[in-house]
Amino acid sequence: MAATLRSRHSVLVRVTHWIMTLAFLALLVTGLEIVVSHPRFYWGETGNVNTPTLFKIPIPSSRSMVPTGYEVLPDQNGWSRYLHFQSAWVLVLVGLLYVGVGFFNGHFRRNLLPALSDMSPEQLASSIVQHLRFARPSPEEAWSYNVLQRLAYLVVIFIFFPMIIWTGLAMSPSFVSAVPAAVNVLGGQQSARTLHFFLTGLLVLFLLVHILMVIVSGFRSRVRAMITGRAAEPLERV
Amino acid sequence: MSKFTRRKLIATGLAAGAGAAGLVVAAKLAAHYGLVPPDSGGIYGPGETLTYAAERILTRHSLAREFSPNQVSKDPFANEVAPLGDGFQRLQHGGFADWRLRVDGLVARPASFSLAELKNFPRRSHITMIQCEEGWSYIAEWTGVPLSHVLELVGAAPQARYVVYHSIQPDWWESIDMADALHPQTLLTLGMNGGELPVGFGGPLRMRVARQLGYKNVKYITQLTVADNLKQFGKGLGSASPEAGYAWFAGI
Repeated sequence: MAATLRSRHSVLVRVTHWIMTLAFLALLVTGLEIVVSHPRFYWGETGNVNTPTLFKIPIPSSRSMVPTGYEVLPDQNGWSRYLHFQSAWVLVLVGLLYVGVGFFNGHFRRNLLPALSDMSPEQLASSIVQHLRFARPSPEEAWSYNVLQRLAYLVVIFIFFPMIIWTGLAMSPSFVSAVPAAVNVLGGQQSARTLHFFLTGLLVLFLLVHILMVIVSGFRSRVRAMITGRAAEPLERV
Repeated sequence: MSKFTRRKLIATGLAAGAGAAGLVVAAKLAAHYGLVPPDSGGIYGPGETLTYAAERILTRHSLAREFSPNQVSKDPFANEVAPLGDGFQRLQHGGFADWRLRVDGLVARPASFSLAELKNFPRRSHITMIQCEEGWSYIAEWTGVPLSHVLELVGAAPQARYVVYHSIQPDWWESIDMADALHPQTLLTLGMNGGELPVGFGGPLRMRVARQLGYKNVKYITQLTVADNLKQFGKGLGSASPEAGYAWFAGI
């Protein structure tokens, strides 16, 4: 068996992948819990129960002063906020390690930057069609990432995560006292909060598609590869 | 192969040792420069310490964003408070003429001020946003006496590191470090939007800490205590917030 296995993911990719997974799930659960205390969203600088909303989420609130037509849930913001920021630190520090080493050792250039030839409209279209058919990828693909996958990972790593960290910091009255532009260019503190929520939605969407694709391409072998770093040789798999 | 493994093991051991030593040095330095919050124990301590230390290094002298008069919220929200007791209502009936602010602790001249006396001190106004940790907010013009002026008047000791402040409501107390206590926007607030500070918004006297969230902006202030550590207050976690499960530092 050992002879038929070869390395798929580096130790750094595997360790940071799972730490980030845990940190992201903690951020997601605590973030949604914090939303429960005020499930109303606004645009601009300010917003409260006396002002019109951009939209509101029809879920129970933890405060009777925010009537949503549902029961009032107990307030859990204390530990939620503690855990949210602690997980954010883990995500930021581990993320910086991943990005720093990834640039240094060529991980991004080698594994995530799509080849120019793959970026032609025909290639992109054929890859999209293949994904929409939920076609199991060819055996060679178990050793690399396809073009859509590469683009999705790059967008998540270099756009969504930086944006969600930025919009999170833009809500901090202390942080923006030092860096007011961080919130001013977003159109205000409530705009930052609303964008933070939208970005959460985009990351959750990515997570769902990511898990779906792992299932389509062989859940056990892909998860094993991300844990042990090894995957069965394509030819030996049958 | 075994040689390579041994070398790897030694390198890993050295790296781990250096990392541990680095953490100890970092913790000592952080404590020395006052970068460790009073609620640094417990499972959320590391995150809290990183947050407080980072914000303190970044924001020691920064000013909260100020807004123009046309940005003042038309409909500010007065958050609900626990029922105000008989003591408060008696003072309210008397037009707060007998309201006192006691100042004690590490000060050369402990004092007690009436609202009339406070109103004669130099005042400052700023139009700033107050945000609740729940997510809602409003902008108002706040007018009051800079806390730094009162601390100067009573002669706060050089070893002072925190100011503890109490509400007339029992079990409602907070504390801030000297960076916030001496900050020019930290006000013993007497007025709002050009008038008296309404009771719903903390009148007659509210602590306004412009760079922190609403729960550090305690309403109905009656006492200030200057201290060099927070162990002696309550459960020693810094304020009522950590005792209720909320972070002591509320700048985020």
